[in-house]
Amino acid sequence: MLKLLATIASKPSGALGLGLTLFHLALALLAPWIAPFDPTAQNADTILLAPNASHLMGTDTLGRDVFSRVVYGGRLAIAVTFTAAVIATLWGGFAGIFFGTVGGRVDEYAMRVVDAFLSMPWLLFLLLIISIGGAGPLTIIPTLGFFYGVAVLRVVRGAAMQLAARDFVTAAKARGEALWPILSREMFPNLSDILLVEGAMRWSWMLLAFSSLSFLGFGATPPTPDWGLMVAQERGLLSTAPWGVFWPCLTLSSLIIGINLLADAVGKALGLDRATAVAV
Amino acid sequence: MTEPLIKIEDLSLGFTAKNGRQAPILRGLSLELAPGETLGIVGESGSGKSTVALAMMGYLKSGLTVFRGRAIFDGNDMFALPEKQRTRLRGSSIALIPQNAGQALTPTLKIGRQIDEALQLHTALSAGERSIKVLELLNRVRLPSPEDIAERYPHELSGGQQQRAAVAMALAGNAKALLLDEPTTGLDVTTQAHILEFLRSLAKELGVAMIYVSHDLGVIARVADRVAVMYAGMLVEEGPTRDVLREPNHPYTRGLLASIPRLGEPGILPSMPGVPPAVGSDLTACAFADRCPQVRSLCKDGIPALERRGNCRVRCPYAGEHAPEHLSTRRVPQVQHARALELQDVAVSYRRPGLLDRWLKKPEPAPTVDRAGFVLKKGETLGLVGESGSGKSTILRAIAGLAGTRKGGITLGDGESLNAPVAGRDRETLRRVQMIFQNADASLNPRQSIGEILMAPLKLYFGLKGAEAQARAEELLEAVRLPARYMSRFPRQLSGGEKQRVGVARAFAANPEVTLCDEVTSALDVSVQAAALALLTRLQRENGCSYIFVSHDLAVVRAVSDRVAVLYQGRICEIGPAEQVYAPPYHPYTQTLMGAVLEPDPDAAPVLLANDMSEMAPPATGCPFQRRCTKRIGPVCDTRTPLPQVLDAGHVIHCHIPAQHLQEAGERLEAELA
Repeated sequence: MLKLLATIASKPSGALGLGLTLFHLALALLAPWIAPFDPTAQNADTILLAPNASHLMGTDTLGRDVFSRVVYGGRLAIAVTFTAAVIATLWGGFAGIFFGTVGGRVDEYAMRVVDAFLSMPWLLFLLLIISIGGAGPLTIIPTLGFFYGVAVLRVVRGAAMQLAARDFVTAAKARGEALWPILSREMFPNLSDILLVEGAMRWSWMLLAFSSLSFLGFGATPPTPDWGLMVAQERGLLSTAPWGVFWPCLTLSSLIIGINLLADAVGKALGLDRATAVAV
Repeated sequence: MTEPLIKIEDLSLGFTAKNGRQAPILRGLSLELAPGETLGIVGESGSGKSTVALAMMGYLKSGLTVFRGRAIFDGNDMFALPEKQRTRLRGSSIALIPQNAGQALTPTLKIGRQIDEALQLHTALSAGERSIKVLELLNRVRLPSPEDIAERYPHELSGGQQQRAAVAMALAGNAKALLLDEPTTGLDVTTQAHILEFLRSLAKELGVAMIYVSHDLGVIARVADRVAVMYAGMLVEEGPTRDVLREPNHPYTRGLLASIPRLGEPGILPSMPGVPPAVGSDLTACAFADRCPQVRSLCKDGIPALERRGNCRVRCPYAGEHAPEHLSTRRVPQVQHARALELQDVAVSYRRPGLLDRWLKKPEPAPTVDRAGFVLKKGETLGLVGESGSGKSTILRAIAGLAGTRKGGITLGDGESLNAPVAGRDRETLRRVQMIFQNADASLNPRQSIGEILMAPLKLYFGLKGAEAQARAEELLEAVRLPARYMSRFPRQLSGGEKQRVGVARAFAANPEVTLCDEVTSALDVSVQAAALALLTRLQRENGCSYIFVSHDLAVVRAVSDRVAVLYQGRICEIGPAEQVYAPPYHPYTQTLMGAVLEPDPDAAPVLLANDMSEMAPPATGCPFQRRCTKRIGPVCDTRTPLPQVLDAGHVIHCHIPAQHLQEAGERLEAELA
């Protein structure tokens, strides 16, 4: 593990990715100690101040400190999307390995279902589910986890199919091993790298998706500090007070770029072909 | 003496580690190539043979740097030239023909168009002149009807034709030298023999120099004027082909020649102990000292110099001394009376007619394997030989339960049926049949330790766990002559030969009655192959199990088999005791194969019988060999399946031609080969 980190950090892009990701995680974890103000405290005296010495990134329409809100703003998004990414990777990964190994008709039919899900306009579908189930982590996490898991399934199944054609898997089948030992001992250990990279890529995409939901008013609810929500609330003042939109945007994109670079570097360090770990 | 076309002087190259240590791949190599000469470079994997060949055309694989020395091509110091000039020189005067022509040709461009592009790049001809030149080139590489071939895509050509097309492209630039890197490895024996004859005559006709890289001394013997033997990045012996192959001086060359199985002398060959030093390691003594049967204490004092001996150069101070005789040991047959396995009229088909085919009442394609029948006795080895697509692996897969049978019956000695695929067999039945795979690299899970790999069948079949399984796995390692400390190693830490030993140990973990060996030595170097064959023979003697040994190499099959079946297009052409099948009368196909075998002897010329076309599917009726047979007697060959002619000692030939005539034809071939 340490060796892997060292390999990643030895390249500039890997070091940048690792640095950005760790920086944002630290920011989210240590927010109460970093943020100078209460992110939800409104103050009528400090409405729409430009960035200055006490408000590094200025203030918003309700007089709240943008810097403090940006620091807190990742907490919900990161927690929700990370959990969803774990769920997506686990179920999509398992199903992908299963169908890739079993093949034949079962796989054929399952893939048609997967195709159907992949062809849906997922954002609209997400909005539908949330409007039925209500906006909250308990609806958003399983929904994101399910939809992104379908994409993980597709990628992992492709890799699993290639692997299942290798002689050591044939040897295990010829030996008469049951399905579970083949999946867990022959297949999974050779696909865990792809799962790791794939999971990280999905996480970065989910961050964007969650922020879009918040922007549309279906994710985080006011007054929770959240990047997507902040952009939604301040977007009317883009020309007069751009800092309210600029800073959350910059933070969000730097985290997404960081995770992408990190996933890329992990893939390279593990010797994966980039083609097997692309986002759909 | 003429000025050499290519000359490399004291060339050392390799990669530089992060800590600044230089890891050499070539160590102080000097070699010359005269215009019009063919130089063969032989060596086992990791010996640096491809690297030398590429360096001779001033090319380095990425990550490699020249430490010392020069490579001079046609008066130009290649590594001193600027990159641009070097590239131009390389493209126009030296051409590379790679191992896999099918992959080197662009799949989406027609053959004619690809050659035309090469002409555009290297010549100043007009479009009209070029189209004439394309046909001329295709004609020169002896492709039938050049106009037709020029209009085809690479996948529409057979392997041999693709290789010829690649040569035509290489000739487009008026090259002075051709570099061929294992160009026939992976081709069938008959195709290989045709390509080699073609290259020989081409080199003579055009006067081009050739550098021919191969691991196969039989191939080198056929094409090369001079041969250079590489070991651990050094030249160990170099000289005229005849001298090197007839009277090898270096103990390594001698060992290499001794470990090649030959048709004439069946038996288990002596193998070289140990493994070559790792690529890039530091050498302070003779690189071969650890494996040398004649090693002296002086050998460990320093790297010996390359000294002239007669026409040759040899890197061994004791080259002249009498060497210990390399003798092959005759296999003692272990055949018992009881049956181990029986196949009765088995047919296997991969293609099932689809719904549409059934609606359209399309005739079903002929099955991949048909009418396969034989009996395997306990302790017997049955060799299955044939070219690619002959269905030999398919038969193994059917026995192992990986391919379903369409028809016929497979039974074990006690009558237990093997007709069901793996899922329908009980554990005990599965245990009795085990398989060893061609590519040990792919057949071992890279994420499992050797211990885990060996303990999987122990747990599955015998319920062994913990210390018991551990102890049994160590016993198995010992049986294949690997130390117990290998239990915790991973496949990537093992050499090719060691990996194959693990594959063998895994099969024997089940204590099988029938072991299926699928080209188990074809991915191994010859010196390692001999050891693997010896291991299989010893295990058979100790365990009394039966083998079905599949290989495309007639000499290897001869070395280990009691009985041999020759397959073509999934049908058995000839089957019988090995000494009978390898002697007249031959089935016409067997005779074709026998004629194409290359032995590491500069005076042995192959006899080319049938043409080297490749067939994709078996014919619907009649004899499977009808389309290539040089002895066809008439329409009966196309319409009627030949009945088996039973000769003495269970020797069976499926052919319409009377055995008496086949006998005479076979004797003529023997006379021609001798």
